[in-house]
Amino acid sequence: MVKKIKNLKEFSLSNDRFEGANLMCPGCAHNIIVREVLNATDDPVIVATATGCLEVCTAVYPKTSWDVSWIHIGFENAAVAAATVSAAYEVAKRKGKLPPATQKLVEEGKEPKIVAFGGDGGTYDIGFQSLSGAFERGHNFMYVCLDNEVYANTGGQRSSSTPIGASTSTSPAGSVSYGEKMMKKSMVEIMADHGAPYVAQVSPSKWKDLVKKVQKGFEVYGPVYINAQSACTTEWKHAPEDTIEVSDLGVDSCVWPLYEIINERDEHGIIYSTKLNITYRPKKKIPVEEYLAAQPRFRHLFKPENRHIIDLWQKAVDARWEYLQRREEAGV
Amino acid sequence: MAKKYELNEVEVWDGNMAAAHALRQANIDIVAAYPITPSTPIVQNYSKFLADGYVDGEFIMVESEHSAMSGCVAASAAGVRAATATSSQGFALMVEVLYQASGMRLPIVLTVVNRALAAPLNVNGDHSDMYLGRDAGWINLCSYNPQEAYDLTLMAFRIGEDLNVRLPVMVHQDGFICSHTAQNVRPLQDEEAAEFVGEYKAVNTMLDVANPVTHGVQTEEDWHFEHKARQHNDLMNSVKVIKEVFAEFKDRTGREYDLVYTYKMDDADVAIFALGTTVESAQIAADQMREQGIKAGVVSLRVLRPFPFDEVAKALGNVKAVAAMDRSAPGGTFGMLFNEISAALLARGKSPVILNYIYGLGGRDTTITMLKEVYEELDKCAKAGEAVVPLQQFLGLRGPKLSFY
Repeated sequence: MVKKIKNLKEFSLSNDRFEGANLMCPGCAHNIIVREVLNATDDPVIVATATGCLEVCTAVYPKTSWDVSWIHIGFENAAVAAATVSAAYEVAKRKGKLPPATQKLVEEGKEPKIVAFGGDGGTYDIGFQSLSGAFERGHNFMYVCLDNEVYANTGGQRSSSTPIGASTSTSPAGSVSYGEKMMKKSMVEIMADHGAPYVAQVSPSKWKDLVKKVQKGFEVYGPVYINAQSACTTEWKHAPEDTIEVSDLGVDSCVWPLYEIINERDEHGIIYSTKLNITYRPKKKIPVEEYLAAQPRFRHLFKPENRHIIDLWQKAVDARWEYLQRREEAGV
Repeated sequence: MAKKYELNEVEVWDGNMAAAHALRQANIDIVAAYPITPSTPIVQNYSKFLADGYVDGEFIMVESEHSAMSGCVAASAAGVRAATATSSQGFALMVEVLYQASGMRLPIVLTVVNRALAAPLNVNGDHSDMYLGRDAGWINLCSYNPQEAYDLTLMAFRIGEDLNVRLPVMVHQDGFICSHTAQNVRPLQDEEAAEFVGEYKAVNTMLDVANPVTHGVQTEEDWHFEHKARQHNDLMNSVKVIKEVFAEFKDRTGREYDLVYTYKMDDADVAIFALGTTVESAQIAADQMREQGIKAGVVSLRVLRPFPFDEVAKALGNVKAVAAMDRSAPGGTFGMLFNEISAALLARGKSPVILNYIYGLGGRDTTITMLKEVYEELDKCAKAGEAVVPLQQFLGLRGPKLSFY
């Protein structure tokens, strides 16, 4: 059932199923995103989490921050964990073997929502095979990538999500290096190309947009991928109180465009329509430089010898924004 | 409801078909699997049972063995019965998750069709995969033929799912010699098997959303040790349940299983200690040695983990010489069986000559003649009262003899 949400005040007072008293860094966007995702529904939620910041900070025996059924197995298998819990749910439902309380909720129209959370390490890199397999098989679950563009849990090593020029502990800026050399991997399109019914990119700072997309994802049957921008105070090195501001800079510079891709299928499962919708258009598109300047991980780019990387950034962001708009216009 | 599969009193099945039927009869809710030689037919047979309506659970054809075992862990934590099959490289890819399955106390059943580990790549049978997983905290049951593969697979569910155990269980069978060799198998009828295995008893199920549970927590130096100690304790104590299930199975079928398997050991002076199909070859060799006046016997493990320490010491307690036959490259030391048998005997004050033979790697045939040569060497040692041949030898190796110590 779709939850009605009137305003931020009401939303923020929703019954929390993810306890804020955990070990995450102050200002960590993971906390905000997880709360927004879980609060998007009043239906039961079952969560699988990949090894990473979220997992190590929220389930340290004998305590747990989770008031939902929750599982962590390893770093690279959150997608298959959630997918198989979903399959187990369907088998138990079909065989009439659901626990009585769950059966009652299902009869009231409250189907459990099964959600996996992984960082970009567990999603773009080591967990990619498991994620791809689970999406190809079409299981009914949502995968949320908490994308902080770095292996934050292990001390800030680069990932395939780390953007060009970022200084990380394995792609440090130095006297002969401007930091990370590769552009970021395009996970949203990659996951959409699996034929998933719904794929979207979100930012915690645009909470209404995020919640709406999560609710859309919960309403479709099949694998749903949500790529969430997750500002990391520790590795992006901004002040904890600036998390939302940095997130907004990402969105308003179009470094982190907010959009969705909807694959519609006919009764035979054949995709007859793919639509990309841009869900947020900055009133004034700010220069990428302002986004980079807010994060000390990019500080070295402002040296004269590295300025060309800022120019490259702007070109890449402009080209991508142009590409998204063209796709939206063309309805593909 | 799954259709009933009409079975004859005696079926002609290879080990893979026997294991597949046992999995079918166990009414598994989720099988998540990835095919690999020589266990592939288990997965294929199970798929065909599903396609023909003999299975009412879900079969998830995942993209790797890592995901196969991860899927089993998630399904089991969700609160349903889960099982899979694998071999060799696939087993190696699962290893990370094998430890997670046992640490999370989930009663998954894994049928392992034993095969060599690369490199060099080899599809044939040896026990490298079994040895790789022996410390993973699973109960390990060993079969020597298709009948036993069938029986032990059914019993694995009962043992692992027992509320006093709640640990995952592996059932081993030899690649090809067991898995692909058709023999007579006396199966239980579907309803008898279902009754024996019983309904799955869910514990801390994730699907009970009104009572949320947290599975797979973090523990550091404050709690990790206690968790692992408890796990070891329960694995050691699972012997009681294993014996009970063996006894109940005997009551139903007349087929008897014990922690340690012995053949003509009452008066044996020399013994071969082996695993897998070699156990049956060694029995023929022992009979032939007895015709020559050498009192030969055979000992094997039915339960590799928990290791039946005292039963092994007792079984070998009166022999003068024993050959520990390890079918896995020992990697710079003695074979696992040699080390574990030696420990059991020494600790219980027994001191026969103990020899270590590395044999059958990558499917190298181990003949009755070769096993008789082992008995002859044991006989020499027994008569001399000491090792008169090297302690570690490679049996059936081409080229110059390879031995150590």
